[in-house]
Amino acid sequence: MYRKHPTWELPQKTDAVMIEINTKGTDERKMVINMGPQHPSTHGVLRLAVTLDGEVVTDVECHIGYLHRCFEKYAEKMDNFPAVIPYTDRIDYVSAMNQEHGFVIAAERLLEIEVPERVEYIRVIVAEMQRIASHLLAIGTFGLDLGAFSPFLYLFTEREKILDIFERTSGARLLYNYMAIGGLMREPHPEFKSETAAFVKQFRPKIQELQDLLSYNSIFVKRTAHIGVLPAKVALNYASSGPVLRGSGVKWDLRKDDPYSIYDRFEFDIPVGSGEMGTLGDCWDRYIVRVLEMEESCKIIEQALDAMPDEGDVLQNVPKRVRTKPGELYARTESPRGELGYYLIADKGNSPFRVKARAPSFVNLSVLPVISKGSLLSDLVAILGSIDIVLGEVDR
Amino acid sequence: MITESILLLLLFALIPLIIILIYALFAIWGERKVAGFIQDRLGPMRVGGWHGWAQSFADLLKLIQKEDIIPANADRFLFRLAPFIMFAASYAAFAVLPFSSSFIGSNLDIGVFFLLAITSLLSISVIMGGWASNNKWSLFGAMRSAAQMVSYEVPTIMSVLSVIVVAGSLNLMTVTEMQSGNDTLGFLPNWLILQNPFLIIAFVIFFISILAEAHRVPFDLPESESELVAGFQTEYSGMRWAMFMLAEYADMLLLSLLGAVLFFGGWNSPFGDFMAGPAWGFFWFMLKGLLLVFVMMWIRWTLPRYRVDQLMYLCWSILIPLSFLNFVLIALWEMIF
Repeated sequence: MYRKHPTWELPQKTDAVMIEINTKGTDERKMVINMGPQHPSTHGVLRLAVTLDGEVVTDVECHIGYLHRCFEKYAEKMDNFPAVIPYTDRIDYVSAMNQEHGFVIAAERLLEIEVPERVEYIRVIVAEMQRIASHLLAIGTFGLDLGAFSPFLYLFTEREKILDIFERTSGARLLYNYMAIGGLMREPHPEFKSETAAFVKQFRPKIQELQDLLSYNSIFVKRTAHIGVLPAKVALNYASSGPVLRGSGVKWDLRKDDPYSIYDRFEFDIPVGSGEMGTLGDCWDRYIVRVLEMEESCKIIEQALDAMPDEGDVLQNVPKRVRTKPGELYARTESPRGELGYYLIADKGNSPFRVKARAPSFVNLSVLPVISKGSLLSDLVAILGSIDIVLGEVDR
Repeated sequence: MITESILLLLLFALIPLIIILIYALFAIWGERKVAGFIQDRLGPMRVGGWHGWAQSFADLLKLIQKEDIIPANADRFLFRLAPFIMFAASYAAFAVLPFSSSFIGSNLDIGVFFLLAITSLLSISVIMGGWASNNKWSLFGAMRSAAQMVSYEVPTIMSVLSVIVVAGSLNLMTVTEMQSGNDTLGFLPNWLILQNPFLIIAFVIFFISILAEAHRVPFDLPESESELVAGFQTEYSGMRWAMFMLAEYADMLLLSLLGAVLFFGGWNSPFGDFMAGPAWGFFWFMLKGLLLVFVMMWIRWTLPRYRVDQLMYLCWSILIPLSFLNFVLIALWEMIF
């Protein structure tokens, strides 16, 4: 029994119209299934057209663009350079500090602005904290994709602590708009140093807890080892970067190989995948690289906290009005997802003439169809989770 | 006279229904509380005052108000029928469970057989719902569920059979009665799990298999939300979805209670004559069943999920040979001692 709507007439015939589908040239054994953009584990609005033979994936086609926000065009239309910074936050909303860091470094090099020592230290600390927060989310949602619900919430508790520190420092929890060209928007809050040190101290045992709870869990290993193997050569050919590349055993980290900011002053390792549980370059390797990187970030934060000068104005070199000189450059930094590059062109006006963001998620995603062929549908979810994309960054 | 007996039958039929309904509402709340405590948070705290005890009632009210959506190309008859068959199957199986020494819905001589046969209807309703939804995700969930439930019925039945070999009866009341008393080692109860070392293995196999039968983690593939959206329930909403949910929780309790009867002495008190009697029997029976349900919840919030081929491997290559071997060993033990 259906109630009629009082004002409009519903069509009387409710039978759906049969559509003739041309099946010529398609394999009848195979089924094309639409995964996303509203699928729970595509990490946002990614749409995958998956061709399946039974449960075996024979082809994957990524359809992107559902979150395209014209970052590059907006950046050109801004009045000046600093006005672009809030937009960089929104490229990768999970690691906004790293995005800002990449952009201000590019802009400072282009505009030839010196940055005070203290500012560099604070930037490195917040960038590494953000890296930990971002990896916590990546690892947590990866576990969630495989059905492990509780580790996700444990890790979110830790991420929450980082966001609390950021909130007290910058006033925002997700999109900070904290770094300025030549400095920072404001002084960090008075307890910044002690709170960060306390966080690192209590966070280290949690990494060990995560290793016990998830990394070496036999079901977890069964679901990730030998799955989605990405050989180093393929990773390099597809220009992958970040944990995706390092998971395949390539030791490439811009913090060491092309040091920016003050990263050359710190001692830390670059964890790479070793094929400990399965094949080199499988999902487990990509996962464990992220876990180990959190420990390395802790090391950097501790060293930076020790060496950080207590006195100094973070705003002293921030120009009142940014004046540009014509020029262009490409500056790259290591975001939690890989090589984040900003290609800037400035002409006579005060705003950038062109901003191109090289988003690591976008590049890393291109490897998905290659490594997911022949795996099962459940593995596809695991592979996608191990690549760790943020759709804001894929689409920009 | 006839009307009186019909009324009596209805009354007897209603009691399990009321138990299931009350249990399901509180089990959903309890599961969220268990999840909360395992995950370092509080769970529902608002509705109803004390620790959000009325949360499930609020959810139920919400679900009743929902619009009833049936997809345009769905098979409307089967789509509507599936949730009811699922609930009817798990509800009907409660008829042969001895809730206490003086209450059993139907004292069937082939009680275990009836229970196992009627719960097999569950997989039919899952396939029905998945197929009728006319959705690829639902179909996937249904197919996985069919394969899983049919496969895991074999180790379940084998481990149940091992108990039957020891007990010598298919009547669940008889199986329970023979576990009365506290003679094992002088003070332990006469529960079957304490009678025979191989029955402990049988219980482990039984418990793993009922996790798969009830679609619980780590075998929740038919509704694995991160892969199949919601599996066979994808297109269901409102009360129909609630029926599936209810049936799922009823199924959990049913299988746990079966485990309590077969291995833990059913309504027998663990202290011999102390705290025994029909009312206490009901208490002990539910307590044992709910403890097993709690373990299921505990596992759910701890482990990740198996993949479909690993699930089948576990069943056909490990559990089934092991359960057959165990069956033979139990029979030998019974012959010798």
